[in-house]
Amino acid sequence: MNTKLASGIAGIIFGLGLTVSGMINPEKVLGFLNIFGAWDPSLILVMGGALLVTTPMFFLSKNKEKPMLCETFSLPTLTKIDSKLILGASIFGIGWGLIGLCPGPAIASLAMLNTHSLIFVGSMIAGFILQKIIFK
Amino acid sequence: MQIVNFTPLSAFIGGLLIGYSALIFYLLNGRIAGISGIFSNIFLSKTNWVDNVLFTIGIIIGPFLYKIFINNEVNFSISTSVDTLIIAGLLVGFGTKLGGGCTSGHGVCGIGRLSPRSIVATLVFMLTAILTVFVKGLVS
Repeated sequence: MNTKLASGIAGIIFGLGLTVSGMINPEKVLGFLNIFGAWDPSLILVMGGALLVTTPMFFLSKNKEKPMLCETFSLPTLTKIDSKLILGASIFGIGWGLIGLCPGPAIASLAMLNTHSLIFVGSMIAGFILQKIIFK
Repeated sequence: MQIVNFTPLSAFIGGLLIGYSALIFYLLNGRIAGISGIFSNIFLSKTNWVDNVLFTIGIIIGPFLYKIFINNEVNFSISTSVDTLIIAGLLVGFGTKLGGGCTSGHGVCGIGRLSPRSIVATLVFMLTAILTVFVKGLVS
């Protein structure tokens, strides 16, 4: 086992999770965001299920020296709640609310072989690059 | 408030799978399973390039495996104009890069790590997304 194989396996399980949970379908995500209308609370259970695994895992692995397949843990170094975080999260939320697609489900939905997903993912890549150019 | 289309069991099982994916990626590779970071760095960085590409391909293989082995019927529908798709894609790409994460990196992993930044980011993008859907409903 190496990190490449582990990445592929983790990716497959992630894609499966998005499909099983229904989050691959932007209409279902919009149903969750539509709190003031006909509301589909399913996304709470998705987040809850995932956090039920990740929260104890991060807690219990706090004192681990290194991961199993490489030398160091790479955790985010930023700790300050700054304007970039707030502005970025706000902009992301607006885009998410427009269609119901965030990055994971957008990529997974490429498997549904439709041009809408392709256009969205292409625009998302342009957005990444634009951010890098503007905030360099 | 009216509850519709609620699928608690499949949502919970899918959520557990997403959590296990994050667990594998962290305990084995030492990395946070944040999809905006993994995917955007394919285009912006050479570090862990092959790992990032394989994770991304895995995300696309997952739904195919589901269709082949579990259920060929996967609900999927996008009803919107191409213009809105492009604008939304740009906003999601730009925003996640600027804010350092999305629903997986901040939501599933960051909250799991009890990171104040991620908790705030998740509250903010949930709020603006809910407001966007609300305003869209008023306009249409």
